[in-house]
Amino acid sequence: MEKSIQAPFSDTLVQKINELKTHFPEGKEKSALLPALHFAQAEYGWLSPETMDQVAEIIGIKPIEVYEVATFYTMFHLKPVGKYVLEVCRTSPCCLNGAENIIQHLCKKLNIEIGETSSDGLFTVKTVECLAACGMAPVLQIGPDYTYYENLTEEKVDHLLADLAQGK
Amino acid sequence: MSVQILLEHINVPGIENLEVYRKKGGYSSVEKALKHSSPGDIVEEVKKSGLRGRGGAGFPTGMKWSFLAKPEGVPRYLVCNADESEPGTFKDRHLMSHLPHLLIEGMIVSSYALGAENSYIYVRGEMMPVIRILQKAIAEAYAAGLLGKNILNSGYNLDLHVHPGGGAYICGEETALIESLEGKRGNPRIKPPFPAISGLYNCPTVVNNVETIAVTPWIVNNGGEAYSKIGIGKSTGTKLISASGHINKPGIYELEMGLPVEEFIYSDAYCGGIKNGKKLKAVVAGGSSVPILPAHLILKTLAGEPRLMSYESLSDGGFVSGTMLGSGGFIVYDEDSCIVRNTWNFTRFYHHESCGQCSPCREGTGWMEKVLHRMEYGHGKMSDIDLLVDVSKKIEGNTICPLGDAAAWPVASAIRHFRDEFEWHVREPKLALERNYGISQEHLIPA
Repeated sequence: MEKSIQAPFSDTLVQKINELKTHFPEGKEKSALLPALHFAQAEYGWLSPETMDQVAEIIGIKPIEVYEVATFYTMFHLKPVGKYVLEVCRTSPCCLNGAENIIQHLCKKLNIEIGETSSDGLFTVKTVECLAACGMAPVLQIGPDYTYYENLTEEKVDHLLADLAQGK
Repeated sequence: MSVQILLEHINVPGIENLEVYRKKGGYSSVEKALKHSSPGDIVEEVKKSGLRGRGGAGFPTGMKWSFLAKPEGVPRYLVCNADESEPGTFKDRHLMSHLPHLLIEGMIVSSYALGAENSYIYVRGEMMPVIRILQKAIAEAYAAGLLGKNILNSGYNLDLHVHPGGGAYICGEETALIESLEGKRGNPRIKPPFPAISGLYNCPTVVNNVETIAVTPWIVNNGGEAYSKIGIGKSTGTKLISASGHINKPGIYELEMGLPVEEFIYSDAYCGGIKNGKKLKAVVAGGSSVPILPAHLILKTLAGEPRLMSYESLSDGGFVSGTMLGSGGFIVYDEDSCIVRNTWNFTRFYHHESCGQCSPCREGTGWMEKVLHRMEYGHGKMSDIDLLVDVSKKIEGNTICPLGDAAAWPVASAIRHFRDEFEWHVREPKLALERNYGISQEHLIPA
């Protein structure tokens, strides 16, 4: 999944970003920035300065305009992460239904603290704010597809980790 | 179950596909609007309907639309706010996942009414699965001639795009959303000018919530007057309520405004009562930003009237004894819930989500989080309680956008209604820790 941070963008990625620019009026191509960063992150796993510079070049804005945006939004990873980033909701409705136990269980199982990556490089555990799935609490999601896993139990988490480790 | 305007067809297999959606009468409002109504007619019908913004503020939609400036030769924009992030709220994700075409149909008739030819649905980035569903549905609508050039040979053109956010609660605030859509940090703008005059790319812009837009096809089809007859008083129509917390049947319910809160919580048609036979302790009725109410005040007003699910009834008593309908994020707390812990959790959320632009919010939310954290973990002082009220008052009303108020109200209301519990945490830290964590945590208590 991860490529060298210096690798030039694939033609497909460049095309995808160029297509985004057409969604906006002439001169307003900067609007394409957030979706472009999502595309780049999906390809590289995280956003290195070099990756952000390439996004800036394709969109036609200054690198600083990309950095200031990438550092504002929590979905963008500014350092390398595991192959699977498990983002667990920590907001009240999830906590009323056991989210804190799920977070503890995940960290214990993977032998890491929140924000760290497992030694095999497979899993990063992050806590996030409300994912808009409060009726199906507790909940986590996994990028780059951001699939939701709802009504979590410790057993479900164990199965999920086992499946992911086997590439399912 | 009461009248279903939005969710009537949600359980129809394949309703997310255009063909099935059209078989159920979908897109009939587009035909009616584009061929038989002027944009002004539709604005009038929406005004007549009494529809109020469903994102939280409850501002009359028709009035918001009528404020839109229409200078010659300047494009106008409609932006759908699908940045649903208010804790306790998950109705828009549900609606878009299952009924993407209802939102698209609403975007077409609303864009036509406002004279917008380029519209956007700004979806929070975490909802990538929803974005994929919407993109597929939009592609279907283009292929069927419902979007693009000369829609249904009416001469009206509309391009519609889905745009992902990047993970920032603040982008649910309409001017922050506009900044974000322009590819910038989500820092709210100072108002005025309001987006109706100067919004996206400094052009006249309307920003409406998903649920608001999704109601418009029904209004076009049935008329504003018919809509205004549903509901109660100035709370017309139906509302999607996201129910979560300690209840037997969490989920999304579409209910006619005016349903008694007690029926909503205890009836098997809705929440089905409190889980595990416990007693009700408190409710946050409209998303984390609205004041929390203890059981007796959410079920009945101070005057002893049954509390109803409507804008007016929930706010009866102001902030002394009432709350707000807000986004309809209805979080239920049972008798074992810790109000201090919950308040700390909310404050941590607001601290995390403050954009940092205004000092009272950036600093104040952090202070409140720290003080509540030490109280929750056995280090609280009695003076902390008034300190929290003081900080919340210094945030409230002193920031560019409503996030400051939204951070202040949960703290102020929790102390207003549950002061005893805050005092108990300070007086009996060991007992409080034992209750919340089931084990003695003496090491957390200061010597």
